[in-house]
Amino acid sequence: MKSKWWIIGLSIALLLAIISPLASKFPDGLDRFAEEYNFTDKAVEPFFTVISDYSFPGITSDTTATIIAGVLGTLILFGLVFGLATLLKSKHEA
Amino acid sequence: MHIPDGFLSAPVAAATGVVAVAAIAVAVKETNKKIGERQVPMMGVLAAFIFAAQMLNFPVAGGTSGHFVGAALAAVLLGPWATVLIMSSVLVVQSLIFQDGGLLALGANITNMGLIAGFSSYYIYKGIDMLFKKGRAATLVGAGVGAWFSVVLASLACAAELSLSGTSPWIIAIPAMGGVHMLIGVGEGLITAAVLSLVMATRADLLKIQIV
Repeated sequence: MKSKWWIIGLSIALLLAIISPLASKFPDGLDRFAEEYNFTDKAVEPFFTVISDYSFPGITSDTTATIIAGVLGTLILFGLVFGLATLLKSKHEA
Repeated sequence: MHIPDGFLSAPVAAATGVVAVAAIAVAVKETNKKIGERQVPMMGVLAAFIFAAQMLNFPVAGGTSGHFVGAALAAVLLGPWATVLIMSSVLVVQSLIFQDGGLLALGANITNMGLIAGFSSYYIYKGIDMLFKKGRAATLVGAGVGAWFSVVLASLACAAELSLSGTSPWIIAIPAMGGVHMLIGVGEGLITAAVLSLVMATRADLLKIQIV
């Protein structure tokens, strides 16, 4: 029971990233609102792109590109916030 | 609900930027005071889970989709200040790496989906939980209702920012954004309650590690 619960939690997150190509392709609430009232073109292009649209660049299969982007983002956030929390905890003890 | 660059005026982007930076500064201090061994992996897992779950848009009425925000889930598990840190991290990574949400709009997105969503859901959850003597059902209902409000209030803040920026008039933005997010919020409430009931059934002790 005391097995690392957070490994299970992270696995669930990775599973969600893997099934993310199943997500609805409809525009979200804000995008839809912008389309309906014709201000979508107010949006400016990003200053630079890394993995835009959750699609890893240079991969022909959209599904694979989305899965790689999702898994990568999930791992980056786990690492980043785990690291940040570790830092905050160590300063707290010092 | 991620605002791209171009939708906000410079004053609105700057003002929400100041709010977000101030909130993060307080959140670092508050989290630093109370964080312990068990909260560290919880923060990491929540950030990873929220990022992944946000990718999974679900359809709501009329060719529109919505996605989980996650601030309410984080607020119930860790409290509002840790939530500000988690949501800010998610939004910064989404903006910098995935070009989801503008760089200049980051302050507004953190204010809406981190600060407003996190604090509103937390206090609504706490209120309902206490009112009904902290039973298992009260926790789930409180979290679900808090989650619904978190999405609706964040969307209204977003509408207000768009109106103040001159992008869309109040009379249109408030009902349009609020209306669709009252539907999306139902999804938020159900997902939040479902995840919490899974935690309750497997590791109920994890519900008692709130930082603030």
